[in-house]
Amino acid sequence: MKWLKKGLIFNPAQHALPGNYIGFAQSPQTLVFDNFVRVYFSTRKKEELTGKYLSYIAFADFDKNFTKILNISSQNVIQLGEPGSFDEHGIFPINILRHSGKIFAYTCGWSRRVSVPVETSTGIAFSDDDGVTFKKPGTGPVLTSSLHEPFLVGDSFVQFYENSFHMWYIFGKNWAPAKGNEPPARIYKIAHATSPDGINWIKEEGRQIIIDILNEEECQALPTVTRIGNRYHMYFCFREATDFRKNTNRAYRLGYAWSDDLVNWTRDDANAGITVSETGWDSEMMCYPHIFQSDGKVYLLYNGNEFGKHGFGIAELDTN
Amino acid sequence: MFKWKKMGRVFNPLEIKDRAWLAAFAQAPAVLIFDDYIRVYFSCRPPADENGQYVSYSAYVDLDRKDLYKILSVSESPILPLGGLGSFDEFGTYPVSVIRHTDEIRAYYAGWTRCESVPFNVAIGMATSKNEGKTFDKIGDGPILSYSIDEPFILSGPKIRHFNDQYYLFYIAGKKWIMDNGKPEPVYTIRMAVSADGMNWVKHNKDLIAPKIEENEAQASPDVFFYQGKYHMFFCYRHSVNYRGKENGYRIGYASSTDLITWQRDDNRAGIDISEGDQWDSEMISYPHVFELDGELYMFYLGNQVGKYGFGLAKLESYQA
Repeated sequence: MKWLKKGLIFNPAQHALPGNYIGFAQSPQTLVFDNFVRVYFSTRKKEELTGKYLSYIAFADFDKNFTKILNISSQNVIQLGEPGSFDEHGIFPINILRHSGKIFAYTCGWSRRVSVPVETSTGIAFSDDDGVTFKKPGTGPVLTSSLHEPFLVGDSFVQFYENSFHMWYIFGKNWAPAKGNEPPARIYKIAHATSPDGINWIKEEGRQIIIDILNEEECQALPTVTRIGNRYHMYFCFREATDFRKNTNRAYRLGYAWSDDLVNWTRDDANAGITVSETGWDSEMMCYPHIFQSDGKVYLLYNGNEFGKHGFGIAELDTN
Repeated sequence: MFKWKKMGRVFNPLEIKDRAWLAAFAQAPAVLIFDDYIRVYFSCRPPADENGQYVSYSAYVDLDRKDLYKILSVSESPILPLGGLGSFDEFGTYPVSVIRHTDEIRAYYAGWTRCESVPFNVAIGMATSKNEGKTFDKIGDGPILSYSIDEPFILSGPKIRHFNDQYYLFYIAGKKWIMDNGKPEPVYTIRMAVSADGMNWVKHNKDLIAPKIEENEAQASPDVFFYQGKYHMFFCYRHSVNYRGKENGYRIGYASSTDLITWQRDDNRAGIDISEGDQWDSEMISYPHVFELDGELYMFYLGNQVGKYGFGLAKLESYQA
């Protein structure tokens, strides 16, 4: 794979978002229209009572060359849950799928815990206004903890391939206890589930589909998949379990794997074709990739330094 | 119509002095019958921590089959450890329901975690025993029954049953948290799931029992058994707020069914209520568990403060269909 970086295309500091947001445009994910591309992302508010962050979904509409922003969401795209719900403290990220005339959203809902910072589950929502707003069919999640995926189910990405819905997502393997200044460290891996209807999912129950290359505490996040010809290509991000926020050598990088059968994946980071820049907004970290196709071209959206505090950029696949 | 004769309290946890983890409470009794004794599982708590918060364990007491008021032994340790950091059962394993399956005993239990905006969340785990139910090993770190679109939180109070070659899990699921003067209080209702193997569950996704005292009635302890041609369920229910005293506290309700799916609630047929005067069960009664032993039907149940002072026994005096 060979990618041509086109640079940062959205800097949240340069735009007024609805509500009292304080930067961050994390995990960009798309809904492609004929004349524009809607890019959803998560931005943050500070909760008055606790001073902690809440993540909300917003979007920006781009022209098809990603040179111009046509529109920015003017209202809340999807409500956070009521107290006690799996998504009461944030939705980050959101993945959109258009299938059979319906628009599905798969959300990663956050709720805070006492002994560890957070728990997550995957929610579902639907839009009947071309993705301007989404409504949830119920209060609970569509995919959550189970026997061998005991916590931190999230980062779901869904596609319809070979007569079935496929979800790639992450699940927590364990929480390592707090050490020194480090809070408890979560370790998570990439998994796969299938569904006949996009709502009822069959997990593979704890099967890690992408091998580790750092060590067994490697954290893998945000799988994203597209088909080019007869081959499926997956990008994701991965990092060390601790000291990953400031130490660029341990921070998120993009990983790559391919599959010809949607079951077995060959990890092949050497052929990812994209890595951190020498300097600039994506020089210390790269994370939250989103691969998609538009007008016959293949694109990769991603975040750079500080987990997307400064926005997201795009690269185009060089098919020559 | 059932008519129960109260026999008095059987087990008072405050009388157990040599087990730090069993300081108070003996909640949610569930029976496993052996040749010479019955093993009664219950859930208990060590003293609260500096913030007034409890963890809960499950344990058992063995009672003489010929004299249920004769305590033979109390478990030396909890039957299950608490879960690890971040797990669904990190802060409690309560309650537990057991069933024999081939050469092992299976336990279904509710695991408790602590949340920030509301005090807790609960999901249902599973464990197995190879030593006649003295201790259990969890079959995984995660829950076997967890949250879904219509059952968003608080999956608790599992009761495992086997009817007509199928496993049935009766349990409760949270509907909402309501704020009572800033304090979150959970509302939950009785639900059911079925399984061929006891491991893979299909949720019925409906409330089984209609609320009676108010829209936000909370229901617990769905205890189902087959007797004289139909299925019977004893359960308990309470008001949504101020339920920690006599007025709005737990009472025992009753429903019957011929198909395990459609239930007719008729609390007037429960045949048991709080005691008069100042008794261990004069403010509330809850967590019924009915079992058949040597040709008689018995009910264990909790009294005041939801089992803080243990559980008692009632014996069926008469039943009229």
